[in-house]
Amino acid sequence: MYLRKPLIAAAAVAAIAAPAALAHRMWLLPSSTTLSGTDNWVTVDAAVSNDLFYFDHQPLRAVPAVTQPDGSEGKVENHSVGRYRATFDVHLTQQGTYRVAVVNQGVFGSYKLNGETKMLPRGTTTATLAVAIPAGATDVQTSESFARNEIFVTQGAPTGTVFKPTGKGLELVPVTHPNDLVAGEAATFQFLLNGKPGANLYVTAIPGGSRYRDALKQMDLRTDAQGKVSVTWPEPGMYWLNVTPNAPRIDGEGPGAGGARSPGAGQRPAGSTGGAMPRGPRVSYTTTLEVLAP
Amino acid sequence: MQIRLTGLTAAAIGAGSLFPAAAGAQTLNLSIDIPRLRVAEYHKPYVAVWLEKQSATPHTLSVWYDVDKRGGEGTKWLRDIRQWWRTSGRGMTFPADGVSGATRAPGTQKLQLVAGRGAMPRLTPGEYTLVVEAAREVGGREMVRIPFSWNGKAASGTRAGSTELGTVTFTLKR
Repeated sequence: MYLRKPLIAAAAVAAIAAPAALAHRMWLLPSSTTLSGTDNWVTVDAAVSNDLFYFDHQPLRAVPAVTQPDGSEGKVENHSVGRYRATFDVHLTQQGTYRVAVVNQGVFGSYKLNGETKMLPRGTTTATLAVAIPAGATDVQTSESFARNEIFVTQGAPTGTVFKPTGKGLELVPVTHPNDLVAGEAATFQFLLNGKPGANLYVTAIPGGSRYRDALKQMDLRTDAQGKVSVTWPEPGMYWLNVTPNAPRIDGEGPGAGGARSPGAGQRPAGSTGGAMPRGPRVSYTTTLEVLAP
Repeated sequence: MQIRLTGLTAAAIGAGSLFPAAAGAQTLNLSIDIPRLRVAEYHKPYVAVWLEKQSATPHTLSVWYDVDKRGGEGTKWLRDIRQWWRTSGRGMTFPADGVSGATRAPGTQKLQLVAGRGAMPRLTPGEYTLVVEAAREVGGREMVRIPFSWNGKAASGTRAGSTELGTVTFTLKR
């Protein structure tokens, strides 16, 4: 945990905005990723939970953005937030690959005013940070986050329009198309961090169905100098994939423990607010990948 | 013969550049046993037949599915013939002339394809694999692969499936 104790409470409330730093996993689970025909619907479960992919903790409330194969914006339909999960539908009318994405950008933190520690309000961004911290505040501590969580769904043959990088946060560039995965085959993805190849990123892949087995079967991988990582899928099914520049913190080191830090952690993007900022930006990428049987 | 062979259009699709034209009317006779299954809910399987050749794009010969469903709804489950869908199907448009056909009942189903007509390309000598894959609604899925060498004169092969397909036999002659 990178956050100090008072922040943990706040982060727990704002679980959807800080998935990577918490034990809970945020996920989008589509009903299908590979479709034939010309007029299909895909329904998606969106939740935050420990076990994959069981909705038993919190819904992922944000309304995602849909990008259609031709690059235009698509529509989220029938969005509904339940106690444990949100669901929504996407109507597929084009041939090719769709992207459904939830991007959370924010700043967490605290400051002292008149001897009292105050939390930054939820929903604070780098743009509103200056306003959020009142004049006279001291001991300002902030931690930025840029969490991208997206899934891909293909009707007909896979296409590449939706993978055009924006240069912000962590992004996936396919070497292997994420809707063309088969058990026993190696798939390669490239990850970009702010538009540049993200070297030495920590990549975690966990197969779904974790409730019904003892071992997590987590695969821990690193990207190479080109930001590429190769994953060989041991079995068919849905996989949760998470990428972050930050080394996984070993439990028990305690809050704020030094420990080994990844090269990316501690570096702050240009233009971020100065001051006493002990934390690196918390950037993460999450996707759900369907691996088919051979 | 339930496959629609519609002459020139089909020939245009069938005559892929990866199988350059050769003289002679090559004829493929294919026999596919669809097993009769004692199950509570039976639907005739979706079946795809295709040819693979080393370092060439796989070539779909025939696909049996619910061609007549309203609004092309039968195409929704084509992806369940999953190896074929990945290998060839997802790049095609349906219905495909000379390729699309109705599903077939249990029993021995025959198919005759003549090179240059319908979906059948003219084969140049080389190593091929004939593949038949069946996927059944509320049922299973199976694929039978029959590798063969085509010397330009004659080839044949037989393989048996174990669940969704019975014996698959072909002869290829010119």
